[in-house]
Parts: sequence; C-alpha cells; structure tokens
Amino acid sequence: MRYLPKSDAERAEMLREIGASSIDDLFVTVPEEYRLTRDLKVPRQMGESEIVEHFKATAALNANGYSSFLGAGAYRHYRPVVIDSLVQRGEFLTSYTPYQAEITQGTLQAIFEFQTMICELTGMDIANASMYDGSTGAAEAVMMAVRITGRDGVLVARTVHPEYREVMHTYAQHQGHDAREVGYIAEGQPGAGRIDLAALEQAVTDQTACVLVQSPNFFGVMEDIPAIADIAHKKGALLIVSIAEAVSLGIVRPPVEADIVSMEAQSYGVALSYGGPYCGVLAAKEKYLRQMPGRLVGETKDTEGRRGFVLTLSTREQHIRREKATSNICTNQALVALMTTIFLTVYGKEGMRELALQNLAKAKYAADTLSAQGKLLFAKTPRFHEFVLETDEAPEALNARLLEKKIIGGLSLSKWYPELGNATLWCATELMTRAQIDAAAAAVAAALVSAAAR
Amino acid sequence: MATDKFVGTTRKVTAHLTQNENLSFEKSSPGKKGYKLAPLDVPEVEASALLDGAVRADVGALPELSEIEIIRHFTRLSTWNYAIDLGMYPLGSCTMKYNPRVNEFVSRLEGIAEAHPYQPESLSQGALGVVKLLQDCLIEITGMDAITLQPAAGAHGEFTGILLARAYHQSKGNARKHVIIPDSAHGTNPATAASCGYQVINLKSNAQGGVDVAALAQMVNEDTAALMLTNPSTIGVFENEIHKIADVLHDKGALLYMDGANMNALVGKTRPGDFGVDVMHLNLHKTFSTPHGGGGPGSGPVACKKILEPFLPSPVLAQGADGLLHWNYDRPESVGRVRMLYGNFGMFVRALAYILANGPDGLRQTTEDAVLNANYIRAKLQDVYELPYNTPSMHEVVFSDKRQTKNGVKTGDIAKRLIDYGFHPYTTSFPLIVPGALMIEPTESESREELDLFVDAMRQIAREVDENPEVVITAPHSTRISRLDETTAARKPVLRWKAPAASTPVEVDTPAKEW
Repeated sequence: MRYLPKSDAERAEMLREIGASSIDDLFVTVPEEYRLTRDLKVPRQMGESEIVEHFKATAALNANGYSSFLGAGAYRHYRPVVIDSLVQRGEFLTSYTPYQAEITQGTLQAIFEFQTMICELTGMDIANASMYDGSTGAAEAVMMAVRITGRDGVLVARTVHPEYREVMHTYAQHQGHDAREVGYIAEGQPGAGRIDLAALEQAVTDQTACVLVQSPNFFGVMEDIPAIADIAHKKGALLIVSIAEAVSLGIVRPPVEADIVSMEAQSYGVALSYGGPYCGVLAAKEKYLRQMPGRLVGETKDTEGRRGFVLTLSTREQHIRREKATSNICTNQALVALMTTIFLTVYGKEGMRELALQNLAKAKYAADTLSAQGKLLFAKTPRFHEFVLETDEAPEALNARLLEKKIIGGLSLSKWYPELGNATLWCATELMTRAQIDAAAAAVAAALVSAAAR
Repeated sequence: MATDKFVGTTRKVTAHLTQNENLSFEKSSPGKKGYKLAPLDVPEVEASALLDGAVRADVGALPELSEIEIIRHFTRLSTWNYAIDLGMYPLGSCTMKYNPRVNEFVSRLEGIAEAHPYQPESLSQGALGVVKLLQDCLIEITGMDAITLQPAAGAHGEFTGILLARAYHQSKGNARKHVIIPDSAHGTNPATAASCGYQVINLKSNAQGGVDVAALAQMVNEDTAALMLTNPSTIGVFENEIHKIADVLHDKGALLYMDGANMNALVGKTRPGDFGVDVMHLNLHKTFSTPHGGGGPGSGPVACKKILEPFLPSPVLAQGADGLLHWNYDRPESVGRVRMLYGNFGMFVRALAYILANGPDGLRQTTEDAVLNANYIRAKLQDVYELPYNTPSMHEVVFSDKRQTKNGVKTGDIAKRLIDYGFHPYTTSFPLIVPGALMIEPTESESREELDLFVDAMRQIAREVDENPEVVITAPHSTRISRLDETTAARKPVLRWKAPAASTPVEVDTPAKEW
C-alpha cells in the first residue's frame, strides 16, 4: 500500500524487537469472537489513475456547463487562484490545531488577521476563529444570548434561511428554549419581504433573550437593522444578525446595532462543493467575550518580548470546562477561514466594495430583465443580489424548460413559503454575464408565451 | 548559540532562516491592488438609491496589497508552521496521518467543487453517488446499520448521536436523565451530554485504566440514557470487557455510544457494531485522512443500529425504483437538522478517495501498522519513561512524567524540548486519569527511520532531564519565538489588530550588534 512506509521485512523486524511473534499478538485484547477474520466489503484497492477516473466520472454526472441562478445561502463567486495555491501548502494543509504556539505561528497569525477582518467588516469588537457554518453558528449565537441574558425566549424571523431555522430548533429543543417565529410583511405593503416590525414588537417580552434576523434575508431583502435593534433593546433582548451572503458587507452598512453577528463566509472564496465545508464565524460586542463559544486567537509576547499569537481564553472551552463549557465545539474551520482571509487580502479595501457593487448591478439587471415576464415580489424593498420572481407557471415546469436550455433557474420557495405561490428565488453574482441573463429571460418569456398560446 | 544548549545531538533538524513578516494590515498601502474584476457588462447602479441609504462609506481596514506581496505574506507565514508533511506528528488521539494529495486533486474537479447544493437531484447524481458509496463503506467498516454524514465534526457527531439516543428513549415515553462518562473521556463528551439536556455522571476508571464494570453496573438504572465510551480508551487500551459493558447497559434499556476518535486502531480488525455499540461517530479528519488544516474542517458521520435509524437527521439519502438517488425529507421521527444542507461534502470526497486507495487489504494493513508503530515506541521508551498502565497498547501509548518530575521537569517541558529535536509535541496532560501524561500516537504513516529518530530524541531528552534539566525547562531554544505569555493573553485579551494612532512614527531598530 503506497501510503505505508514499511517493507514486510521491516515489519517482521519491528515485531521481533517488540517481542511479538505476529501482528495478531498486538490485538489479543480484542475478544476473539469480535475479531474480523474476513476482508471488509469495500471496493478493491485502486491505482491512483483509477481513483482520478472514478471521480471524473462522478463529476460528469453532476451539472456541467449550466448557467445557474441558484443562491439561497450558497453563492458562486470567483475564487482567485492564489487561494488554492496557498492553502495547498502542506504547512497549512497538514498542520494541527495550533496548541503548540512556537511552531504554529503561521496558522495563528493568519487567524488573528481573519478575526480582525471579520470585526472590520461586521462592525463588531471581537470575532472567533470560526464555527462549522452559518446555520450552526446562528444556533450557537442563540445559546450564547440565552446564557448572557438568563432568559429563554427566542424570536426568529421567518425570513431567516429555513435550514438555519431548522438547525436552531434542533439545538433549542433540549435547552428548554421557547423559540417562536415572527412573520414578514406581505407583498403590496410598505417594507414587503421584511420582518413584520409590529408583530415583532408584540412578541418581544421581558423574557425574550434574543431576536434573530438575517440580512440580506432569505428573499435577498435588506432588513431594517436599526429599527429591529430598537425593538429588541427596549425590552433588554439581544439582537443577533445572521449574514448568509458575506459579500454584501462590501457595500451594505454593517449591523453595528447588533449584539452578536453570525456570518457564513463561504462567499469569500470557498467552493460550493455541494454544501460544504463552509465557514461560519461569530462576532460580538466585547462585553460578551466570556460567553463566546469556539477558539480565539490572541496577541501576546514571548520571553524575549517578541510579538506572537496564541489560542487564548480556553477556560470557556470543553477541554477545560467539560460539561460547564460554553459549547461542545472543538474543531473549527481553520483552513476554510484561511481561504476567506486570503480572499479578503486579495480584494482588500477597494476590491470588496467594487465586488459588492458589481453584484448589486448584476442582480438589478437580472431582476429587471427577468421580471419583464413575471412579477417581482417585494420589488420596492432594498435588496442585495437575490430576488423573488412570481410566475403563472409552476416552478417545476418553468425550471424543467430552462434546464433544456442548460439554465438552472431560481429555487422554488413552495416547500418553505407555500403562501407565495409560484415563487422562485434567483441570484446573480459578478460571475453572471449579461448574455446569460438575457438568455434566461428569453427562455422564461418563451415559457410564458407557450403557456398563453394554450 | 542555541545549539550550545544541547546535551544530545539533533539528527533530524538543522536551524535555517525564516522570513520575518508583519500583519497584512501593517504592510498595506492605499491604492495597491491584488485583484482585477471583469468589466461590468450591465448598467452601473447607484448603491445608495438601491439600498435606501443603508450603504457603508468604507469597508474598514482591509489590507491593500499586490499579488506577489500576498503570495509572499502567506508563504512566509506557512514556513512558521510544523506539519505532517515535514515529519512525525505524534499527537495522541488526534491521528495525524498522511493526507494523500490525490484526495485534494479529486475534490477540486470542477463538477465536484462547483456543484451547488440546491441544483436539481437529477443533475447531482455524481455527488449523491459519493454520499452513497461512502455511507456503504462506513457502514461496513463500523458494522452498523445506518448512517448520517451531516455532522460537521467529531463533537457535532457526538451531539447528533446523543440526540438520537434521546429521541429513541423519548419514543418509548421517557427521555431519561443522565449520561455516564468515564473520567478518561475527551472534554467534548460531557459538554455534548450537557448540551443535549442530560446530567453527566462521572465513571471512575479501574486500576487498568478501563471501565470498572462492577461500578458501572451499580450506576446504570432506568434513568441512564447512554454510556459514552471511547474504545480503544484514551490510554490506547481496548476495553476487553466490552460485551459485558454492553450487556449491563442493554439490560436497563440504556444505549452504548462509542466515541470513534480512536477508530484508527480498529478498522478492518474488529467492528463496533459487532461488539455491542448502538451509536457512534467517526472523525473523517482522523481515521480517513482528510486534512486537519490547522484546526478544521472536520467531518463527523454518525453510524447507528436499526433501532435508531428513524431518528437520523433529515434529510437521508434514498434510492428510487429507477435507481436514481435522492434526498428524503419525509422523516417524521427525525431529530431534525444538525446542519444546513448535507454536511462537509468536500471531506466525503477525500475520505472516499482514501478508502478506494486502500481497499480492504490496505485498510487492515493501515490499522496493523498503526498499532505496530505505537507498540514499537512503547518497547523502545518504557525503560526511561514511566508506563502508568501495563495493559497492552493499541494505536497509542501513554507514559507519565513521574520519573522526570523528580528533576523538576514536567510533560509540557519535555514536549517543548521535542520541538528542538524537530518533532511536534505529543499530547500533554491528557487523559486526565494519568497525572503528567505523555500521550503518543505515531499513526501508520511513520517509517521505521522516523520512529527511530523520535525514540532517539525522547531518550536524549530523558538524559538531559538528568544531566541538565534547565535546558528542557526553558525549551524550545530553536524556534522563531520562545514560550509565549499565555497568562497576559488571557487577562488582557488582544483579539484583533487596530491601526496605530495616525502620527506614530515607525521605530527603526536595526540590530547592528550582531552583524
């Protein structure tokens, strides 16, 4: 086996030196009736060329050569090639969690830069070294708010990503939280597509630990963060803002009124990869530091006064506090956080703004063009790069027609928002070309014409 | 010169220069660019009008650097890290094995890396096929009946597994009250049980460091939801009374949860499903070679017996009569989602590539080599380091610093001294049942030459402890920085860079004295 650096002769010699007569001597503590005496039924050992062929065939069974208008919490942005080139350096790729600071300063300094950039972008004071993803990050943020306030009421906007909400409910159900959802303003009214502020105001009580909203929300609509913060803070509840599309922060005002920001940073140069690994991160006001879950990197000095970085404040964590820890989380998304750090370094101060503006422009053009034949929902409410299109035709029929033109249309919302009828969620990033948008609009129009002709 | 401090000689390493590098923010200067966007092919927009005024004037202090500076910045940082690619990484319970490069290659193939999680299932059959084949392989390897790949890491898998146990008990009318956890367990175990709403009951290990079956029998009752057991245990010992442990639990309707952190000792040799485990998690970033990446991403699939299958997180993979794979969301008894989408798919691809590269024979040989290597180290070091438990070792061996503390040297000092010899330290001070533990897991990836260098380094350090303990206590001596002030880091946390006040001149301090 090519990964194993020993010859059979060396194995035999090592066994001799140990004083074992055969390898099975080393497994005697496994009771005989439980020893596996046959081969595992897994595919036979493959040559490297066969492995590559296997996965090329696999890749060919997925969508290839389609133009895709899918977003909904997983976004296709350009990934500068230096990212993959750098993260494949073995010193980053094959290093462990940097507990031994003297020989992991590379990872530690990069995470410190990551934490700094997240603070700058979100307007928060502190950020951790990353969480599994945006959905679990939001759930952890809710638990953090419950610990901070000592209250157990949780209010979640229905405009938060439906799968984030599902994860939050899974976490909350055994914590004794009273989690309730708050609806959104219906089409045709001012602020349509945003959380219903009047309903929120009614729902917040002095038992509410936190209000969780997402902005841009699942419909792509920007929430009115200052107004929501006012309502939450008046009753002493914390505001958690979840950000699923991190590129928006290049142009959108950061949620500085929030107490905790939970972000999914996949948009910063991380591959879609059929759903993961992505990169969650929690950021917060400084006063909540001791309740922050997950790893944190801090700056300090060595015995000779030189600057260095260490994992710090670990008394919050499970390996010290065990069942009293702030969270059971251990692993973070270090390599993915490094990818996002490189992405942000590449685009920098000017590029992040330019990139966000391009997304805004593409989505505006796509919304205008595509809605010529359908109806743009929540049209008057500010949004980033996603929009909801209502069509006469059912999403399944529409999308089936688009697929024939090698276009993956918007995501049907009927599973989560049946009240919206034939609604689809579309996304256009900087990678979407005008030609692709025009082609999609033509295909949508053709569908309508043929439907009308019937 | 640092080398003067050596009593022994370092055969593995020679000091060499590494580049200094400031924070990216400190290197930034306005107007430099590392990017170039394609020209906008649609009309420009006025952000303030579109966003109703909610725009930001400034994105904050992000760096402004050119591409070559960015490459150098991160390349320089990388050279300050130790890595498996540089040598042995004997962290006990972390299974730092070789991360094959073909795994990285195939995970980046376009149809895989660019697959959107919501693209139609008919256009995702490749991705779903990866999930299917990996699930089948892991079920076979663990001897379990069903599996979910959704959890993002080991602790997340524990959380999922204990939720399954809870849902199972709840379905019988009583969620039960507590989870029993041996004192040798990882900290994630008690933290997990607590986050699932269970009380934690601590089980004291017996004289051999294993589960005290008699004590367990006294503890288990109708309020016991599960025992969370790491097998082999964190001292690297197989629980040879495992069948009795399972019986004690099952007699009272409780479940046996296995923490699969040490699965690298078992693959192809024995199967948890066969020895009574009801539910367990795997760490693809340990046993199945996906890279640790400086702390993540991980992936923590949870395998279980049939009785727990109805409760698996939604969705689960299903196959239609037409042979097409799809996600099934119709799971009324499910514990719910533990993560959005389907899990860390990129890690599934890598783990599957690893299994295909090994085949049944390679997987078994891997386990045998891992156990052989640990026992080789044990045999070569047990005369100089104290072996607190004499029970046979599997894939890792735990010594204690009992003999070295007589000279004032602790396990943490020996670990730091190993750095000067060119090795990453072993795991220190864990498990908690061994005071001053040195927990060493070489994995199968080490050649005999590398093991001999390690043994040599450990023996030389033992000699230094006798002859010149100061050199060990003040180690490391050869790194870019010496030991860091962790106390101040925690007392006065500095968790982000801040721009210095505008007019502060940069201090120029040329160390001319040495040149």
